[in-house]
Amino acid sequence: MKNLIKIVAVTGLIATTSLQSCKPKDTGNAVSGDAGIKTYVAPGKYDEIYNFVSGGFSGQMSVYGLPSGRLLRVIPVFSVDPEKGWGYSEETKPMLNTSHGMVPWDDLHHVQLSKTNGEYDGKWVFGNANNTPRIARIDLTTFRTQEIIEIPNSGGNHSSPFITENTEYVVAGTRFSVPMDDANGDVAIDTYKENFKGTLSFISVGKEDGKMDIAFQIKCPGVNFDLSRAGKGVSNGWFFFSCYNTEQANTLLEVNASQRDKDFIMAVNWKKAEEYLKAGKGKKQAVRYAHNTYNEKTHSATSEIKTEVIVLDSKELKDICYFIPCPKSPHGCDVSPTGEYIVASGKLAAVIPVFSYDKIIKAIAAKSFDGEFDGIPVIKYESALYGEVKKPGLGPLHTEFDADGNAYTSMFVSSEVVKWNIKELKVIDRQPTFYSIGHLCVVGGDTKKPTGKYLIAYNKITKDRYLPTGPELSQSAQLFDISGEKMKLLLDFPTIGEPHYAQAVLADVIKNKSLKMFKIEENMHPYVAKGEKETKVVREGKKVHVYMTAIRSHLTPDNIEGIKMGDEVYFHVTNLEQDWDVPHGFAIKGADNAELLIMPGETQTLKWIPTKVGISPMYCTDFCSALHQEMTGYVRVSPAGSNVPIKFGTGVTTPEVAATK
Amino acid sequence: MKTRTVLASIMIAAIFSSCGGGETKKTESQTTQEPAQSMVADPATYDPKRGEGKYTAESLALTTKLDEAQATTGENVSNVKCTSCHKMSAEKLVGPGWKGVTERRTGEWIMNFITNPDPMLDKDPEAQAMLEICLVRMPNQSLSDEDARAILEYMRKNDGLK
Repeated sequence: MKNLIKIVAVTGLIATTSLQSCKPKDTGNAVSGDAGIKTYVAPGKYDEIYNFVSGGFSGQMSVYGLPSGRLLRVIPVFSVDPEKGWGYSEETKPMLNTSHGMVPWDDLHHVQLSKTNGEYDGKWVFGNANNTPRIARIDLTTFRTQEIIEIPNSGGNHSSPFITENTEYVVAGTRFSVPMDDANGDVAIDTYKENFKGTLSFISVGKEDGKMDIAFQIKCPGVNFDLSRAGKGVSNGWFFFSCYNTEQANTLLEVNASQRDKDFIMAVNWKKAEEYLKAGKGKKQAVRYAHNTYNEKTHSATSEIKTEVIVLDSKELKDICYFIPCPKSPHGCDVSPTGEYIVASGKLAAVIPVFSYDKIIKAIAAKSFDGEFDGIPVIKYESALYGEVKKPGLGPLHTEFDADGNAYTSMFVSSEVVKWNIKELKVIDRQPTFYSIGHLCVVGGDTKKPTGKYLIAYNKITKDRYLPTGPELSQSAQLFDISGEKMKLLLDFPTIGEPHYAQAVLADVIKNKSLKMFKIEENMHPYVAKGEKETKVVREGKKVHVYMTAIRSHLTPDNIEGIKMGDEVYFHVTNLEQDWDVPHGFAIKGADNAELLIMPGETQTLKWIPTKVGISPMYCTDFCSALHQEMTGYVRVSPAGSNVPIKFGTGVTTPEVAATK
Repeated sequence: MKTRTVLASIMIAAIFSSCGGGETKKTESQTTQEPAQSMVADPATYDPKRGEGKYTAESLALTTKLDEAQATTGENVSNVKCTSCHKMSAEKLVGPGWKGVTERRTGEWIMNFITNPDPMLDKDPEAQAMLEICLVRMPNQSLSDEDARAILEYMRKNDGLK
C-alpha cells in the first residue's frame, strides 16, 4: 500500500514536470490558447499575405508570408549579395554605381508598395537608401531590383520613399541638411544656419514601366527631414514631412536638437509646386547622380551619370511650404485613410497631436500664422490641430490605421502598441511588445482602404525572446490579431538585418503575376548562347569570352584550354532550362568575387582573373538533378606567353579549335 | 498487426520527445519505412500508347509526307532547347538518342511527353523506365504547340521520312 502511494506520487511528479516543460516561460500570460492555430499554415499551403520588410543595415528587403511568419525571400537591393551574384556579376555591378563610384552597402529603412487610387496595385515596391541617398524600385513579377536612382543635394535619404496615391511621385527628403552640391561645401561646420540646406525631391514614376526621373527638388531651410507621407483622398496634392532639429544644431544633437518645445510638420503643396515648375519658376542646377536600370531582356544593367536637376526655392515661391508646430522632435507623420487627419508622433512628447487637413487649409486661407521660420510661414498650432491623444504612452513613433476608424501607434520607450480611436482621440487598448517597438504595420495600413486583420510590430531589441546566439541576436517581429477590440499577440518571428518600416498586402494582389522563368527566345544578352551549338571561346587580346550553357546536368564547354596568366576570362553562362525553379549556379576555384546564380533562360557573367598556372575546376553550385555532382569542368591555365592554343568542348575527345578574333 | 505496434511506439516516442523529456526511438521509424512505391497509372484508364496530355492521334492527324519547312523550324528549336541532352543518333547522352524514336513511340505520345513531361514521368510506364536509366527528369522546356509539332517533324525527318 505504502509502495503504491509512492508510485502514484512519483507518477504525479513526472506528470507535473513534463507539463511544465511543455509550457512556454515568457509568453504564457500574453498569448491565448488558439494562437498556434491562427498562425498555422499547413505544409504545401500558401500564406494569405505578403509582408515586405525593410532590412535596415543589411541593405536588403525581405519578404515574409503571414500569418505564418515564414521567410519567403531576401531581395538584394543596396548591398552586394554573393549568394545571388548581386553586385558581383558583370550584369549587376552597374546597379550599385553612384556618383561616388561603386557603393556595396546601404541602409534600407522604408518600403512602399505602388498604389493606384490609394490602394496597393501589386506592380512595384520601393525602398530607400539612407546612407548614400538613393531610391530603388523592385519589380513584383520578378521580385528583383530593377532600378536605382541616386538623389543629389541630399545628405541622408530618410523621409523616403513615400508615394502619392497614384504613384505619380516617390519622395526623398534629406535627413541631414548639407550645402547644396553646386556650392562650395568646404565650409566650417558651425556655419550650418548659413550654408546648410534641406531638399525634398519629387521623383516621377512612369505609369506603365515604372521608370523614375527626378522631376523637381524643393530647396528648404536646413533642418532634419525625418519621415513623410502623401496626402490622400481630401488631402491628395499635399505631402507632409516631420522635421526635427529646428534648433539647426550641428553638434551633440541628442541635447542641442531637443531644446525647443516644438519642432515642425511641414505641409508641402506638390500640386502647386508642379504649377511653378510648368511656369518655368524652377532653376537648373548642376549636379552629378547615377541612374541605374536593369533590363530583363538583355539581362544586364546600365548606369548613367546625370548632371542636372530643377530646383524650386521654397523661400522665393510662396505657398508651396508651410510649417506646423509639433511637440518635441516629431518622428512619424502618418495620414489617416480618408486623408483628413495627420498624426504626428513627437518622440519626446507626452501627447500625440492630430492635425486636421481641413483646418490647415482654412488656417492658410486666413493667414493664421505665427510668424515665419527661415522664410516659411508657421501656422498657429491651435489653428491646425484637431486634437491631442492624452497620455498615450511614452515615446510615440509611428501610426498605422484599420478600416474601422482606429489608429495604432508604436511606443518605443514604454514598449507597447496603443490602439486609439481617431475621431474620439481615446485610447482603446494597449499591448506590450518584446521589446522596444520601432515601426509597425497593419495590412494595407497606409492605404485608403486598410485590410486590417493583422498588425506586425518590428522590435529593436530581442534579448531573451529566442535561443541565445552569442552577443548578437536576430531582430524580432511580432504578429498581432487586430480583428477584435483587443489586440492579441499570436507569434514572434525573427527578421534579417534591422526591420524598419514594412508593408503587408493580400497575396492575391501579387501572386498570380509572378514570373516563372525568362523565355530563352527573348534573351537579348550580347553574349547569350541559345543552345550548345552557339557555345564558343573567343580570345580578344587579353580578354577571353566563354559562351557557356548550363542544363541538367552539364556545362558546355566543360573543358577549356589555352587560358594564360594575365588573361581576363569572362564566363557568360546561359541557363537553357525553361521550367520554374531550375536555376543553375556557376563557380570557379580562386575567383575573387562570388558565384553566379542563373535563372532559366537568363545569361549572367562571372569575371575571373587566373592567379595560378594549373588546372582550375568549375562546377554548378545549385543542386539541380541526380547528376548535379557531375555538373563540373576544368580550365587549364598556362603561363603567360605559352603557345597552348584555345580549345574547348564537352563530351568530345578532341576539343574543337576556337575562333580567334 | 506488426505495423500497428510499430506505429504506436513511434507515437509514444513522438509524445515523449515533443516535451523534451523522454527517450527518443528514432531508429525504429527509419527501419520500418516502406519501399518507395511508384505511382504507375491504372492500365484500365491509362492509354500507354497515347500518354497523358492534350494530343490524340486524331488531333495530330499525321500524314506520311514530311513538311520540310516545319522540320527545319524543329531543328532550330531543338538546337536551343533539346540537343544539349539528346543526340540525333541512337546514342544516349543525358536522355535517349532520337534515332528511331518515331518508330518506338506514337506521335501523340511524343507530343504529350515533350509538352507535359512531369505528369507523364509520374505515371507513364515507358517514361518511368527511361527515367530509371537516365536518372535526370526530362525538363519541361515550355514548348509552344507549334514548336512541339515542329520538333516532332524534325524527329520524323531524322527517322527517314521524306
